[in-house]
Amino acid sequence: MNLLNISGSPHVHSDESTKRIMWRVNMALIPALLVAIAYFGMSALIISVISVLSCVLFQWLIEKYIMKVPSTVGDGSAIVTGLLLAFNVPATVEMMWIVVIGALVAIGVGKMAFGGLGKNPFNPALVGRVFLLISFPVQMTTWPKVGGLFSHMGISATITPDQAVQLGVDATTGATPLGIIKEHGLDALPQAWDLFIGHLGGSFGEVSALAILLGAAYLLWKKIISWHIPVAFIGTAFVFSAILYFVDPIHVEVIDKVKQTMGTVGYIDPLTTILTGGIMLGACFMATDMVTSPMAKSGQIIFGVGCGLLTVIIRTWGAYPEGVSFAILLMNSVTPLINRWCKPKRFAC
Amino acid sequence: MKAKDIIKNGLIKENPTWVLILGMCPTLATTTSAINGMMMGLATAFVLMMSNIVISLLKSVIPDKVRIPAFIVVIATFVTIVQMVMQAFMPDMYETLGLFIPLIVVNCIVLGRAEAFASKNTVWHSLLDGLFMGLGFTWALTLLGMVRELLGTGCFFGISIIGGADGMLLMILPAGGFICLGFLMALINHLRNRNVKKA
Repeated sequence: MNLLNISGSPHVHSDESTKRIMWRVNMALIPALLVAIAYFGMSALIISVISVLSCVLFQWLIEKYIMKVPSTVGDGSAIVTGLLLAFNVPATVEMMWIVVIGALVAIGVGKMAFGGLGKNPFNPALVGRVFLLISFPVQMTTWPKVGGLFSHMGISATITPDQAVQLGVDATTGATPLGIIKEHGLDALPQAWDLFIGHLGGSFGEVSALAILLGAAYLLWKKIISWHIPVAFIGTAFVFSAILYFVDPIHVEVIDKVKQTMGTVGYIDPLTTILTGGIMLGACFMATDMVTSPMAKSGQIIFGVGCGLLTVIIRTWGAYPEGVSFAILLMNSVTPLINRWCKPKRFAC
Repeated sequence: MKAKDIIKNGLIKENPTWVLILGMCPTLATTTSAINGMMMGLATAFVLMMSNIVISLLKSVIPDKVRIPAFIVVIATFVTIVQMVMQAFMPDMYETLGLFIPLIVVNCIVLGRAEAFASKNTVWHSLLDGLFMGLGFTWALTLLGMVRELLGTGCFFGISIIGGADGMLLMILPAGGFICLGFLMALINHLRNRNVKKA
């Protein structure tokens, strides 16, 4: 009988567990899910349910039949992956089967191939999303609303952001006229406000910065995430795009001297930059993934700055209109290096 | 050494792709479709067999100190033959495989078998070893090409079998090649280990 249990410190544990953290993350994603359902209708709900169910099913199957270990489905991490994956796809009917493939890749390649939760170097949901984005380029960029208009804004587009926002908002009203009109009546704020409550087009979990920030605030309050990564990420994207914007703001000029075609050139303004696409969702929920982000606070700042810079670089000069997922995955890959460089303080030192 | 063992070594037990993990560059680069993988494998198999025969014949003549350059010259001869034959009779395939045909010269399977096997064994055994190592490489590349082609384009040897579906583009891109190779290698080694345990 081993009566004396000798162990190293710490001896006092909090009641935090993987399970509790994961379920709180799920809670935090609910506002964004509700907004998505309100804007895109039942298809958003159906895609979310399919995504979550297939993630859970694939994890259960892999653990039971391939890894032959006790199932860890109950910890809720597969549900987080499923929800985040669903938030990263457009709410179209085709997505209902494509998202199943995404779930298989997210769980199978992104997580279980490395040994399960805690051993994956990359955020599983993003692995699934990038796989889908590269594999199904048409389906993944066919937004249910007028979208993708910002995709070429960095170089030249034949539409101004004002028009784009109007178009987008017009299209959004199709889903729930009451909600939008109400929000519109209430404020006389600039267009950025529209983006804040639910911007045009986009993957369905990305639409409302407000709902995402609400969830992030909950996670901050429960101390599941710290402010370092989201603030560094969004701040860097804001500052970097502001520099670009002040060098060459969006304006209309002759882009083809022979044909005298008018077009918009220049860079997007910083506020639009941080409110469009997946920056909010990525910064608050995916870059802050505990497994794949640095442990030390200083490392987290470096991580966030890297994400912000890469996002704006990919958006402005890259082939893809959106760079958040690539930026986070790239920074995930250097997380071990950052961890070596910025070691967290040890206890009792 | 028995002929049966040499055959088994090449095809399964010491399969160059799944077990020795040699020649990864052509394995990943040319397996975007089953037919490309198969042709690359067969080209390598021919070079492997012929160079094994010649090197085995010359093993007492080649001085030990300059054996690597001598092997390379022999291998390059057969690669040139393959290259010219392909260019003459299969110009499309020659275009598709491009640089990877001349690169057979520095393929580590070919040099590896010359160094490890042909320079120490009889002509008959070297021939068998070259042929079946080559066929082992061929079936590995064909399988990888088949899986990637099926997932990436929905085709089987160029014939569409999934009507209307485009397939997952990533699988015929390099990243898909790595993912596919990893999973196939895991599966095949799992099956191999299970057989070993049973025996």
